[in-house]
Amino acid sequence: MNNKFILTLLFLWMPLAQADVAATTRDDPALEKRAMALSGHLRCLVCQNQTIADSNAELAVDLKNQVRDKLRQGQSEQEILDYMVNRYGEFVLFSPLVKSTTWLLWFGPLLLFVVGLYVLAVNLRQRRRLMQQAPTLNKEEHARAAALLSGKETKGHP
Amino acid sequence: MNRFLLPLGAFVALVIFLWIGLTLNPREIPSPLINKTAPAFRLPQLHESNKTISPEDLRGKVWLLNIWASWCVTCRQEHPLLVELSRKNFVPIYGLNYKDRREDGLALLKGSGNPYVMSAYDREGSAGIDWGVYGVPETFVIDKAGLVRHKFIGALTPKLIDDVLTPLVKRLNDE
Repeated sequence: MNNKFILTLLFLWMPLAQADVAATTRDDPALEKRAMALSGHLRCLVCQNQTIADSNAELAVDLKNQVRDKLRQGQSEQEILDYMVNRYGEFVLFSPLVKSTTWLLWFGPLLLFVVGLYVLAVNLRQRRRLMQQAPTLNKEEHARAAALLSGKETKGHP
Repeated sequence: MNRFLLPLGAFVALVIFLWIGLTLNPREIPSPLINKTAPAFRLPQLHESNKTISPEDLRGKVWLLNIWASWCVTCRQEHPLLVELSRKNFVPIYGLNYKDRREDGLALLKGSGNPYVMSAYDREGSAGIDWGVYGVPETFVIDKAGLVRHKFIGALTPKLIDDVLTPLVKRLNDE
């Protein structure tokens, strides 16, 4: 057998290897789209910072198949999310629910922003007050200051 | 003074939070099943495929459900401990052979001892999903009323058995 033949065989094999994944919903692209959209909201518990849509972990593949099956059975998106939450807990939702225990998580950044604005406002007001308190110079003093700044006058004030 | 104390205070708070974060185990996700009725299944037994097993058959006693598979390395590490526990006749251990090949599961039990009163055979992992299994081994404690009372994620250890499992089972037996 020559190498080309083996290579050809290998390439012929590739679509077959993909086939078992795709065969499940290949016939129904709309359903597959919904399944993938919903899978994007579910956390893969094995690889926790991925959604099951992104993950190829065995559990993620199983859960994706569950999502497909349930959609095919006519269940709504919310029903499927509830099903997953009842089994794996709220952690399975990729974006946490908004409730009293997650308020800090959701609104913490906003809180920090407001605190930051407040600190900025206080600082600016303080600075303005300092500016107003600064002594005003008369003509003579202005002239001396200008001379000092330009480097012409070297002697200090008596 | 405030100029230094405030950032220092913020820094210390941050260190404390990060320190706490380091001690948490992200793999341990509290199970929503605690204090709920154990999810139902009726699965063929591992040893006798023509017989079935269901949590309902075990109503009225405290029992453990250990999710295991021959391909799971941690399960193999945990296995001798389960065998030891089963010899004490302290609490019946039932197995759920999860996404395994029947002959592989049977071979493991034959080779290293069988701690299970019975094992259910979950080839597709559908019962596993109902139980919220995401990483084997997992061990559930089910009470007389058929409620899940505790879930161990990962392998049991002698310390866990002494400190958590034993007192819990004793308490549940008295209920």
